Amino acid sequence: MKLHEYQAKEVFADAGIPTPESQLASDVDGALTAAEEIGYPVAIKAQVQVGGRGKAGGIKLAEDADEAREAAEAILGMDLKGYRVDRVLVEAAVDFTDELYVGITMDRGEGKPVAMVSTRGGVNIEEVAAEDPDAIAREHVDPAFGMHPYQARKAVYDAGVDRAVARDVSGVLATLYDLWDEKDGSDAEINPLMVTADDEVVAADAVMNVDEDALFRQPDLAEMEEEAAGGDELERKADEYDFDYVRLSGNVGIIGNGAGLVMTTLDLVDYYGGEPANFLDVGGGAKAERIANALDMVFSDENVDSVVFNIFGGITRGDEVAKGINEALERFDEIPKPVVVRLAGTNWEEGMEILNEDLVTVEETLEDAVQRAVAYAEEVNQ
Amino acid sequence: MSVLVDDDTRVVVQGITGGEGKFHAGQMLEYGTNVVAGAVPGKGGQEVHGVPVYDTVHEAVAEEDVDASVVFVPPAFAGDAMFEALDTDLDLVVAITEGVPTQDMARVKKRLTETDTRLVGPNCPGLITPGEAKLGILPGNIFADGEVGLVSRSGTLTYQVVDNLTQRGIGQTTAIGIGGDPIIGTDFVDALELFENDPETEAIVMCGEIGGEDEEEAARFIDEHVDTPVAGFIAGRTAPPGKRMGHAGAIVSGSGTGTAESKIDALNDAGVPVGDTPEEVADHIEEFLS
Repeated sequence: MKLHEYQAKEVFADAGIPTPESQLASDVDGALTAAEEIGYPVAIKAQVQVGGRGKAGGIKLAEDADEAREAAEAILGMDLKGYRVDRVLVEAAVDFTDELYVGITMDRGEGKPVAMVSTRGGVNIEEVAAEDPDAIAREHVDPAFGMHPYQARKAVYDAGVDRAVARDVSGVLATLYDLWDEKDGSDAEINPLMVTADDEVVAADAVMNVDEDALFRQPDLAEMEEEAAGGDELERKADEYDFDYVRLSGNVGIIGNGAGLVMTTLDLVDYYGGEPANFLDVGGGAKAERIANALDMVFSDENVDSVVFNIFGGITRGDEVAKGINEALERFDEIPKPVVVRLAGTNWEEGMEILNEDLVTVEETLEDAVQRAVAYAEEVNQ
Repeated sequence: MSVLVDDDTRVVVQGITGGEGKFHAGQMLEYGTNVVAGAVPGKGGQEVHGVPVYDTVHEAVAEEDVDASVVFVPPAFAGDAMFEALDTDLDLVVAITEGVPTQDMARVKKRLTETDTRLVGPNCPGLITPGEAKLGILPGNIFADGEVGLVSRSGTLTYQVVDNLTQRGIGQTTAIGIGGDPIIGTDFVDALELFENDPETEAIVMCGEIGGEDEEEAARFIDEHVDTPVAGFIAGRTAPPGKRMGHAGAIVSGSGTGTAESKIDALNDAGVPVGDTPEEVADHIEEFLS
């Protein structure tokens, strides 16, 4: 779960990390009032969950009210990489001399958190990492002990941060680690951490991704989740049904159980010349209602021309799946798109007996099922 | 023959009184697994399927001479359950639980370095030595005793590939689902090493997926240390970058690492053929065994 910039800044500021004065606004008048209160110059920043907002025109500086109006009108309501901008953060513009990067993430290879500092902030840090890995100082942290103060200092000095601000930057890094640790962060980043002419540091941006598996013990952040969700309408529906769902650009709808098997089904659709419309994992042990919801989801995607159901039961039972498919399809006078079903594993024989073969096409193997679904989708497009 | 478990392995089920724990303890017993105890705080003194339940793992180990634990504890308490099992110095802990917070797993992983216990999982289907024992949730009926070792990050994909093998009369020594989470106990390299050292394992199947760099690391290990022939499969070739495909770990970074292509290339370079379909994986294994 990714927090919006304004939410992450709130969390960071509460922990004592310096952030510029800012206000959230959802219309042009609100943005102008905010700018007056904060004082010019201000930055007006689109609050959507995409990277590279600046380049895409989602962040503008305003020296006075005219420029602020122009910026707010341009940004509010704009389409930013597929996301409509409904809110902007109006923020005091920082007069900076340097831009640093500080971040904490989990190094999955090491199984340990890693703190990173670079003097090359303000740009895409992944590019810096790829071009010049030495430009980023890294310090692995023992998750059982947390970050020792010396580690924060070491990372900062290794990165070559100016001595005048080294102490403050170490402080920000240590606070960022504690936040990451307490809030079950997956990534916590400040890019850029701006250094002013007076040798003060200010977090001009804020990124906080939270481990969704840990939201049960982060009630404050879980409340922010709803706001942070946003995005594709179908993906919102998937959240409601609690599915792992990703919308793709093709026309063969795919439903299965287990991430690896669903991905494999996608790959086979591609292999046999079709294009997957989505990834939908119903998870383990799905009952009839869940299966019906899955079909509802995929049918409501206009791009879908055929559907392949691939279930290999372990925890999931074939009879429950068959019941769910029947229930979902019996609601229609006419089945909206052809459905191919492949059932294997736990209770597959019981499932096959239950399955209404007037409503679906049954195939015994994964390969046959995928090829049949691809063929159906092709027929529609001829 | 087998790795890690056999019909002598004595098992405690942590969370045996819960829905999943109870059902799968029954399935394990039916398969012939030596489930000798359950451990659930506050439920000591009860019995499930005739198996005695203890309040603590320590008590279960003291009373029943346990070798291995299977964890069916809900995610909020699963990390603690793993710590408890590690504290009793069991040989093997298999964590089935899905959705364990990553930071909890980082701490468990650190603790593992201080013990001799092997952890499999979390978020995995467990492992099975056909005809002897299964620890986990795998459907026993699709497996057959034989000479192929299988290691996989995905549960249902394991079933699919095993089915392709068994249908052709190719059995398995042991199948290990290591789980798809970012931080896990036993990884590909550990499993490959076990199979390489098992005299009964004549061929190995390795099923990977997008995300992380474990497959690339496994490829390097195969190149240097594995003589047993290995066939591979990588799920997620069609996955778009930046999207999480179910497993927390199955996300492709934008920078070209962790992609299906980089994994397939690494495996091919190590002499491992990678099937385009599960059926093709079975073709490769059939060739190895003939």
